[in-house]
Amino acid sequence: MSEEMAQISLTVNGEAIARTVPVRQHLVDFLRTDLGLTGSHLGCEHGVCGACSVRVDGRVVRGCLMLAVQADGTEVVTIEGLTDTGEIADLQAAFVARNALQCGFCTPGMLMTAAELLAAGAPATREEIRTHLSGNYCRCTGFHAIVDAVETTLAARLKKS
Amino acid sequence: MSNTMSDNVLRPDLDRPNSYVGRSLSRAGATRAVAGRGRYTDDITLPRMLHAAFVRSPHAHARIVSIDTAEARQQPGVALIMTGAELAKRVTGPWVGTLTCFPGMKSAPQYPMAVDRTCWVGEPVLLVVAATRAQAEDAAERIAVEWEELPAVADKKRALDPGTPAIHAELGDNLAYRKTIDNGDAEAAFASADRVVEDTFEFGRHTAVSLEPRGVLAAFDKGTGKLTVYTSSQCPHMIQYLYARTLGVPDHMVQIVAPDVGGSFGLKIHSYGDEIAAVAASIQLGRPVKFIADRIESFVSDIHARETSAKARMAISKSGEILAFDIDVLSGAGAYSQYPRTSVLEGTQILNVTGGPYRHKHHRARATVVFQNKPPSSQYRAVGHPIGNTIGEHLVDLAARALGLDAIEIRRRNVFPDDAYPATTASGITIKDMSHQRCIDVLVERMGYAELRREQAALREKGIHRGIGIACFIKSCAPGPHGYYGMGGAPIALQDACTIKLEPNGGIICAVGVTEQGQGTETVMGQIAATALGVPMSSIRVISGDTDAVPYGGGTYGSRAVAIGGEAVYQAARDLKGEILSIAGTLLQAEPGVLDIVDGAVVDRAGGARRITLAEIGRIGHFQLAELPRGSQPTLSHTRRFHLADDLYIFTNGIHGAYVEIDVDTGFVRLLKHWVVEDCGRIINPQLADEQVRGGCVQGLGGALYEHCLYDEAGQLTNGTMADYLVPMAAEMPDIEVAHVLTLSSVSELGAKGVGESGTGAAPAAVMNAVNDALSSFGARVTTQPMTPEVILTALGKV
Repeated sequence: MSEEMAQISLTVNGEAIARTVPVRQHLVDFLRTDLGLTGSHLGCEHGVCGACSVRVDGRVVRGCLMLAVQADGTEVVTIEGLTDTGEIADLQAAFVARNALQCGFCTPGMLMTAAELLAAGAPATREEIRTHLSGNYCRCTGFHAIVDAVETTLAARLKKS
Repeated sequence: MSNTMSDNVLRPDLDRPNSYVGRSLSRAGATRAVAGRGRYTDDITLPRMLHAAFVRSPHAHARIVSIDTAEARQQPGVALIMTGAELAKRVTGPWVGTLTCFPGMKSAPQYPMAVDRTCWVGEPVLLVVAATRAQAEDAAERIAVEWEELPAVADKKRALDPGTPAIHAELGDNLAYRKTIDNGDAEAAFASADRVVEDTFEFGRHTAVSLEPRGVLAAFDKGTGKLTVYTSSQCPHMIQYLYARTLGVPDHMVQIVAPDVGGSFGLKIHSYGDEIAAVAASIQLGRPVKFIADRIESFVSDIHARETSAKARMAISKSGEILAFDIDVLSGAGAYSQYPRTSVLEGTQILNVTGGPYRHKHHRARATVVFQNKPPSSQYRAVGHPIGNTIGEHLVDLAARALGLDAIEIRRRNVFPDDAYPATTASGITIKDMSHQRCIDVLVERMGYAELRREQAALREKGIHRGIGIACFIKSCAPGPHGYYGMGGAPIALQDACTIKLEPNGGIICAVGVTEQGQGTETVMGQIAATALGVPMSSIRVISGDTDAVPYGGGTYGSRAVAIGGEAVYQAARDLKGEILSIAGTLLQAEPGVLDIVDGAVVDRAGGARRITLAEIGRIGHFQLAELPRGSQPTLSHTRRFHLADDLYIFTNGIHGAYVEIDVDTGFVRLLKHWVVEDCGRIINPQLADEQVRGGCVQGLGGALYEHCLYDEAGQLTNGTMADYLVPMAAEMPDIEVAHVLTLSSVSELGAKGVGESGTGAAPAAVMNAVNDALSSFGARVTTQPMTPEVILTALGKV
């Protein structure tokens, strides 16, 4: 059985990429194995844990529920790209200062999801922050510190604007 | 800061340079992780690497009639297909998961993959190695196995029935182990007590669900005979021993590297047959082989825990004095006792810790551990404690309700007084350096307990059903060599070690046997070393998780890293300081005793004048040795090991408070707030300690409310996905307030005890007591965990 392949062209973290991929390969396997972007993690591969969250055309998606071929023509941003642009430098600093991560496996996905809330620019209560993050599983922290870090960053951004 | 530091003896030092103990420094590893630069096992790629997938048993109990791999072998990319029988010939023999400290314990020989019979759904049967994981899975799907199904034993309550077949015929029956404690005269105490309260309990089987699944990347070098394995492990040296002894490679030719570990919680202190198979494949092929469990196979191949039924009663006097406990526990071990830590510790630890905070004199307890056709159960965060605490604290609340006493008051009347230590509990364990009374005081204040009770009563009048739950606890930490593993013959180090070195630039390398899984081990060890030496944190690099680089140690399990590993660091750093001061004394023609080290330089103890930097000592000590007296042989490297001299464990104590609201129409429990006051001894990094408590609590709350491996009668797991097996997420969890009472441990100089597990051990008890407090106005109560809406509605008589 020869594996069916397809050509895709897309932008990943601002860089133009063209590759031939197995049609059954999901986006995060492609990012991790073909592009070496190992910051996106695989926790369940059935769309529940959120560790594989990446941004596709401006929206956060589960990278394990999207095929690489479906990303043809899109703009993909991973945690590596989000770090390089400095968009969430404040949030990342708050996560470190508040110890809002332990093993760090959920953290890229958690940051990706939290960045969406921060980008919306609206005030949010702790409960609203918890609800927004409720699709990202963290086994280590118990979430309290994560909510603290997002709350602190949001408050600082709102104050600045 | 939420800490209550009642007697932090290092506090006066905090204003000195390099006094890092007691300070909330950030973790160095955190900056990598937030940037997506963590490096977990699956992130590592080696040249010519292959990938492994497994055929696993679809049946809970079945004989393998035949295996046909002909078609699979023709599939693209396939490098190796190995059956369990073939692997059995490549290993030195089966594992038997018994320890000699458990007299009469039984378990059957277990090979890494099933040889002719499978005993649980998910047991590995064949290994397929191919160029990609997808190709390995494709080929695995083309393997035909003919099965003959055998009767499955799923329900532990029927495991010992006369008509139930023995899963392992050679054992005669399904009894793994039975332990009885009978101290004092429980029979007489119950017979003469004013009141007896009793209940039955069910605790569901659950599993760790670390976000990063288990994984190995094995690379065997046929030229040198050296085996290198990158693996998501808490215990590299134990894994080194197991791989070496099982696969016939000498221990010293095996290097185990634990890179970043994506959560572990006890899951990753164990041996797993699929990992052995992948390593064996690398040895056979001479190529790197990677195996990363996917989530579905994690649910059926990771160790499980907690499955327990219990019947318990407690005798009390009319004044509320606890007189006696009598508990009978039935624990489900799964198909084999897990090698080498066994599957009986959960059951036996329940006997030890139930009622552990209290001064009762009579304690009768029995644990029966049975085999079932389910995955092996074994040690998982806070082994036995969630169950023991739930049983004990529920009975205390029943007694309080029966006598009309407040939940706080009955505990005040019964806990060991803070000046009573050392003491021995009725179950026979030695406890020291505890603070139940102070913890209760702090909790009452932090919760605003009286006001909370008033609020609860006012809301109840409006039809809002809130409950307040209290749970005292003790927690075993930092096991010593006189305990189970040491006395039982397990190949698990109970000591831990540190090698600390001065480099030519004045930098310090601190290599430790305890490991990092994100809890902050490396940062904390650095804080201890920097403080003991008198150098800035930036001068220190801590190395962990590589058997080629660190001294032999047990790794991280049982809340031992700081109490055992940290003490080794503290003592090694002081030895190095002593040598540095001795060299400095020679060079400066001063008595070492008048010198000290501050901020990376040797100074006059009086006055603080800087005399010579550590960089100078390093330069002379490594390069310009002629400047030292003839015959001087500086080592500038010191190793210390530490283990508990006499104690089985260091016990910690504390108390939890939970505040919940129940929707009596839907059975949903809303967690409003959770409080913890605990005494983990010396706190090196308050923020990291708090976060261990918070994360631990949520892991306990998950088990108490949601998590359950649901098996049907045929032994099939019916909810083995993350969509069906519910874990706690941000929206359901409460804010958790943490405070500490500080009583230093008297068994070490540093005085640390352990903090990683107590949250998990006590939170289920507190939240169940809160739920029952809310339900009490309906005359209803629950004693089943997880406390699903169905359980609560059943208790309310609504379903």
